[in-house]
Amino acid sequence: MVDRRRLSPATVVVLALLTAAAVYFLLPVAWVLIAATKSSADLFGTFGLWSPDPQLGANLGRLFGAEDGLFGRWILNSFLYAGVSALIATLLSAGAGYAMAKYPFRGRELLFNLVLAGVLVPATVLALPTYLIFSEVGLTGTFWSVLLPSIVSPFGVYLARIQAHAAIPDALLEAARLDGAGEYRIFFRIAVRVMSPALVTIFLFQFIGVWNNYFLPLVMLSDQRLYPVTLGLAQWNSQTFRDPAFFELTVTGAAVSALLLVLTMASLQRFWRAGLTAGSVKE
Amino acid sequence: MAGTTGTRTTGAAGARETPPGGASGRPRRAAHTRSRARRGPRLHVAVFVAPFFVAFSLFFIAPICYALYESFFTLQSSGLGLTEPTIEFSGLANYATALSSPAFVGSLGRVLVFAAIEVPIMVVSALALALLLDSARARWRAFFRVSFFLPYGVPGVVASLLWGFLYVPQTSPLIDILSAVGLPHDFLGPGTILFSIANIATWQFAGYNMLVLIAGLQAIPQELYEAARVDGASELRIAWHVKIPMVRAPIILITVFTLIGTLQLFVEPLILKPLTTAINSDFTPNLAAYNQAFGQSNINLASAEATIIAIISFVVSFGFLRVVNRKGNRAW
Repeated sequence: MVDRRRLSPATVVVLALLTAAAVYFLLPVAWVLIAATKSSADLFGTFGLWSPDPQLGANLGRLFGAEDGLFGRWILNSFLYAGVSALIATLLSAGAGYAMAKYPFRGRELLFNLVLAGVLVPATVLALPTYLIFSEVGLTGTFWSVLLPSIVSPFGVYLARIQAHAAIPDALLEAARLDGAGEYRIFFRIAVRVMSPALVTIFLFQFIGVWNNYFLPLVMLSDQRLYPVTLGLAQWNSQTFRDPAFFELTVTGAAVSALLLVLTMASLQRFWRAGLTAGSVKE
Repeated sequence: MAGTTGTRTTGAAGARETPPGGASGRPRRAAHTRSRARRGPRLHVAVFVAPFFVAFSLFFIAPICYALYESFFTLQSSGLGLTEPTIEFSGLANYATALSSPAFVGSLGRVLVFAAIEVPIMVVSALALALLLDSARARWRAFFRVSFFLPYGVPGVVASLLWGFLYVPQTSPLIDILSAVGLPHDFLGPGTILFSIANIATWQFAGYNMLVLIAGLQAIPQELYEAARVDGASELRIAWHVKIPMVRAPIILITVFTLIGTLQLFVEPLILKPLTTAINSDFTPNLAAYNQAFGQSNINLASAEATIIAIISFVVSFGFLRVVNRKGNRAW
């Protein structure tokens, strides 16, 4: 149907624009993947998009060997921070969003408006006072100082409420109640399953948000061994002026961390679209 | 809403499920009894809602209140520093200090200019990408969609590092090419730095915003297109007169989120700072507040500055939503 007029001028224009955009979005990634194969000398001495003497293995060896395997620790920390807090955030959002969609209770709309306001609160504004509170109770500098603030996702509650409202028919809940199922059983056995596309989206949003977060760990952490990979790379980058060897570590580290999440996202692409529809289209 | 019928049915079902005065109802007895008197035990609702709201109160509401509280106090040290400094209530003095500081006010002005650059670039490019991919003439859609969306998975720190390498002459193939053909290539000067930062933000989030818009475009009923085609409308006219008006709500959504993002600009200038003299330590309000807290150890002034940033983002985003909602149907 579309191919009736093969390569009409308009089609050529559309494809040319799409290709130009793809070059733009892929260029920095291509640059860092190529740069990750270069020696320090080649990094500065050769054209950016060509590696005359690839030595990726040696660079990776130096990356993961530097400072007693610090980089591997950072990656692991990032997975822990992002994975654990995204899991908890998804569960909390699912419960709150489901209850707000399916049980009328006093103060429900007030709470939901609070949640919506929470979506608009800039994360960086929260980090500073959270640091001050945590330093009063001695939590700063610990694993918990990054994990705990990340278990709250107002946007997740918003998505979960919309999805529960749209996808779970009241008749289904009534039928389950008539069969004698309790409210908790209904939630875990029925609601969670019906809401699962939105829950996957909430998990991915929160995972990526925490993985990419920089300000919170920056203010909370001082021990390098607790750093997530974003904070660690920024720290290495800040040392390049003292010791140029850090350039190579930063570049190779950036390539590895960019590739890790991009691969995760590409493999989960089909889940994204379902959830985005739930979040952005007016009912 | 189906509120009234819902109340009756779920209330009745709740009464069946949880026997009155159930064993687990001990805490919050007063509230529990009151609500049971009206429409049966609602313990399960509290169990579903409470965990989120406890965490929300601890990590969202409490920090905001704490910042407000701290912002009303000032650390007073005696002239010679012979006695311990004392903390005294000072009303709005920190706000006056912040708003009369040229550095902080300058940073506010800078992010507003930055928002005026970044928001139109972001919305137009996300919309253009979405319309191009949605056009009947597009091919290899999956490939293009993934490559536009891919930078969303690159952390802000890493994106800034990457573009930083592409902005300096020693490592940038872009500058090699631009200087070979004789085009200007100063990405880090005082006149271009905001555009270079806007480019990093656009690169990261345009693909994500594009997906939000595509989801909206796919929800448009096909009959609308067919009607327009029968009337002889071209693809361009359909895009302008049918598609764009139909994705008004998602456009407003991405505009608000881009606005909030630009006002809290932090990571990009922090990472680019060592590369250029065009970025100082008070470049954006967030950098200024961070610098106040950790460079100058003045947490009270930093709290006042953080509060000002929060108030401005609320005013700007709610103000924008009000303006667009008045013109037509509600976006949210």
